[in-house]
Amino acid sequence: MSCLADKFDRLSATYPAQMRSSLVLPLLHLMQEEKGHLTESDAVFIADYLGVPAMQVKEALSWYTMLQRAPVGRHVIKVCRNISCSLMGAERLIDYLKQKLGIGEGETTPDGRFTLLLVECLASCGTAPAMQVNDSYHEELSEARIDAILEELS
Amino acid sequence: MTEPRVFFNFEVTADSHTLAACRERSGYRALEKALLSMAPADVEKEVTASGLRGRGGAGFPTGAKWFFVDKKSRVVYLCCNADEGEPGTFKDRWIFENSSHQLIEGVLLAAYALNVRHAFIYIRGEFDLPYRRLREALTEAYAAGLAGERILGTEFCCDIIVHRGGGAYVCGEESSLLTSLEGFKGYPRNKPPFPAVKGLYQAPTVINNVETLATIPWIISHGGGAYAGIGNQNNCGTRLFGISGHVNRPGLYERPTGYPLKRIIFEDAGGIRGGKALKAVIPGGSSTPVLKGFEIEQVSLDAESVIQAGSMLGSGGIIVIAEGTCMVRLLQVLTRFYAHESCGQCTPCREGSAWMDRVLGRIVAGQGVKGDLESLESVTRGIMGNTVCALGDAASMPVASFLDKFRDEFAYYIEHGRSMNDGRLEV
Ligand SMILES: Cc1cc2nc3c(=O)[nH]c(=O)nc-3n(C[C@H](O)[C@H](O)[C@H](O)COP(=O)(O)O)c2cc1C
Ligand code: SF4
Ligand code: FES
Repeated sequence: MSCLADKFDRLSATYPAQMRSSLVLPLLHLMQEEKGHLTESDAVFIADYLGVPAMQVKEALSWYTMLQRAPVGRHVIKVCRNISCSLMGAERLIDYLKQKLGIGEGETTPDGRFTLLLVECLASCGTAPAMQVNDSYHEELSEARIDAILEELS
Repeated sequence: MTEPRVFFNFEVTADSHTLAACRERSGYRALEKALLSMAPADVEKEVTASGLRGRGGAGFPTGAKWFFVDKKSRVVYLCCNADEGEPGTFKDRWIFENSSHQLIEGVLLAAYALNVRHAFIYIRGEFDLPYRRLREALTEAYAAGLAGERILGTEFCCDIIVHRGGGAYVCGEESSLLTSLEGFKGYPRNKPPFPAVKGLYQAPTVINNVETLATIPWIISHGGGAYAGIGNQNNCGTRLFGISGHVNRPGLYERPTGYPLKRIIFEDAGGIRGGKALKAVIPGGSSTPVLKGFEIEQVSLDAESVIQAGSMLGSGGIIVIAEGTCMVRLLQVLTRFYAHESCGQCTPCREGSAWMDRVLGRIVAGQGVKGDLESLESVTRGIMGNTVCALGDAASMPVASFLDKFRDEFAYYIEHGRSMNDGRLEV
């Protein structure tokens, strides 16, 4: 974990020294980028590093929806199911994705390639329907666009 | 176009977001002007004179918010609220992607006025390009001596720290944002004390929306009086309105306040898709009460005008709904959202939002029973005004207004066990 500790140090240096506690979420994000998903022992590691109660980090880990507490596929697909996307066909596209991938909401394909999540408004309402694959946004989606996007991903 | 523009005043190109391009359109001149020729109190005076109101949703006058802060306090914090999560809203994101420097300059001007040494930008965790653009812009600003130590060679020092959120809508609520920024799950806090008195780590704190702060450079460059002269008198200036849903040209439009709602929908956004009739409009983000199509005749994009019509201008996210849409299923999209986003801290919101969503789910499944609508209404009344933060109200207002405006559709669904519009959301 020494390389991780270096990264922790660099990130911590960007916050005022008296604000160690503020680093809980940034460090959880950082660790998730490294590891894919997070466990309670990761939370304890961060708590020890920061000198804050383990409970605080564990609670944060279970509360923030962007933090993954179980293994996910290589590509995490997050489709918006909120109002503007629904008005533009999100339900149809979600059904299409479920069928195409052969999985339901929250599931991962057996080959470990894709995880399908349904999320709330991504602030792409003007370019709806929208989804996020890993970090990247994809907007003005159609079945054909989805085919093309997924094809690009190994 | 002769109307003044605070945001859409340049052509978006592959590099229009860079520092060089921003400088060409007089970026950071306002900061220069302030640091070299104005006292911090003068900056506040201009902002007060501008009549600027917060663009995050509540519309609180920015000058008044700043006035309440004790600038002599040993530490004062500034938090820029960039959590942009209100469904129907996508304006702050445009600012980050295309004009991050404008926001940075606004943050610095506010920090100068408020005696802030550390400013935070709490940005939605999902944001990718907006986040990268902001980081690039900050790197440029630091390298150019526009942020950090001794800015522009003056005594003024200010660091800007970008903090990524964790995907919780409630963290856009200002007290929840502070709890989250302190490293906890984002429970909102009881007010008072207000953040202006006891905010981040108990220090006086100002929280302003991205669009609010990004307007400040224009105000300092042109003067508060000039800004007050744009649009309507009591809710002046321009705003970024996002139009989404069943229109031909959805997108972001900068318009002066007082601009007719009908015009932005039918002219700017090209009218309703497929030439359908207008059924309903949610004028200020998903939390604001829905209006029927005919009710918007006289409404203008002015907070007072929208309130008179029975809704709110909120975050400026206009959601347009065409004839033929099933309002019952559409409401369930919203009840599911609020039930999911309730932080669970207070009983009326936690239990009420989950209960409303269950009942809606039952109605949509064809299992609605007589009395459901009345009990939904009584639950909204039980939530409103009885919660720690305004998410409870936000969850209730759509339910109350949908039931009020489209009652026959709900009654039909319960009676026949199916939608009178085939359950359509897409037209
Ligand atoms: C549930 C909820 C979510 C909110 N989300 C946001 C948001 O994403 N961005 C924002 O600027 N304000 C949001 N607000 C409003 C903030 O609490 C606060 O009023 C605003 O950031 C103040 O900035 P302003 O005065 O510049 O508008 C939200 C409020 C509530 C109740
Ligand atoms: S109103 Fe809802 S979101 Fe706000 S504090 Fe109470 S439970 Fe949490
Ligand atoms: S509703 Fe889907 S991005 Fe806003």
